[in-house]
Amino acid sequence: MSDVPLRIDGKDVTVPEGTTVLEAARRAGVEIPTLCHHPRLAPYGGCRVCVVETEFRGGWRLIAACVYPVESGMVVRTRSEKIDRIRRSVLELLLAHAPDSAKLQELARLYGAKRDRFAPDASYCIHCGLCVRYCAEVKGKFAVGFVDRGIRKEIAFVPGIAARECRDCKECFELCPTSYLQAAFVLAESLAFPPPPAGAKP
Amino acid sequence: MDIAEFDRVIDQHGAEPSALIQILLEIQRRHHWLPPAALDRVAERLGVPMTRVRHIATFYKAFSLVPKGRHEVHVCLGTACHVRGAERVLDAVRDAAGILPGETDADLRFSLETVNCLGCCALGPVMVIDGKTHGKLSPAAAADALKSYE
Repeated sequence: MSDVPLRIDGKDVTVPEGTTVLEAARRAGVEIPTLCHHPRLAPYGGCRVCVVETEFRGGWRLIAACVYPVESGMVVRTRSEKIDRIRRSVLELLLAHAPDSAKLQELARLYGAKRDRFAPDASYCIHCGLCVRYCAEVKGKFAVGFVDRGIRKEIAFVPGIAARECRDCKECFELCPTSYLQAAFVLAESLAFPPPPAGAKP
Repeated sequence: MDIAEFDRVIDQHGAEPSALIQILLEIQRRHHWLPPAALDRVAERLGVPMTRVRHIATFYKAFSLVPKGRHEVHVCLGTACHVRGAERVLDAVRDAAGILPGETDADLRFSLETVNCLGCCALGPVMVIDGKTHGKLSPAAAADALKSYE
């Protein structure tokens, strides 16, 4: 695999072919915010907070840094008025769903996003897919997945699998940017596979 | 409805993960819904995770996870049908079948849905039952049409 030179925010960096712009930026010491990215999972491109610009035919083109592979000689900038405006809007849309998420609020402060710009539609899940993908790609258990589509899309545990696998794992809990996952698990647990009463012998 | 029948459908399609949607469609066509036992069997035989089977079964409107009636009734409420009295046709169908749009009657005879256009506006008001188009309907004719379906 050959090495690819590129420039990110004025810093020259050389990375192996196939590296994403996000990884290249982190290697160059340039911070790009992310929500749905996880180093152990395949790139997903779900949240669009990692949007950056790349020079293209004399102008600037928007790309999602976490899924875009580096190209030789590409010039990337990770902050501009336009990028900040887009990240702000993305965050405001996500905040309508999960207004109390600490991770979202931290980014919102950074980009001046207002939490009540859009009418709240508190579904609490922002569809980052971290839990679904972690369970599938790292654990290979497929205990939680997406159901339905569009505005009704949500995560759901498969009771039969969750009852067997989840109590001793719960590794996805800390990945969730909104804590909706924990709520979904407690709900599924109490409805479909209630834990034995305290003090009972298994 | 038993495991052996699901297995026959699965075998007809080669028990490949890529045949998932075709297999679910065939089971849906035969039973008018996807029983939980069918989802379990399909996931197991194809080696596809249950999360993926459920994702697909809930994604497409062609699939139902609750029992549907033997006959699917679609009443068009598109603009052309609307101005020609589709609301009154729908009222007549609702009364005749005893169900609201989105519902299925207790005998599993009809499932009623409204649609926004069936592409044959010149025939409006239009209703489609099991793929057969009934056009230029009066409310009484719509209620009559239901009688020929058992």
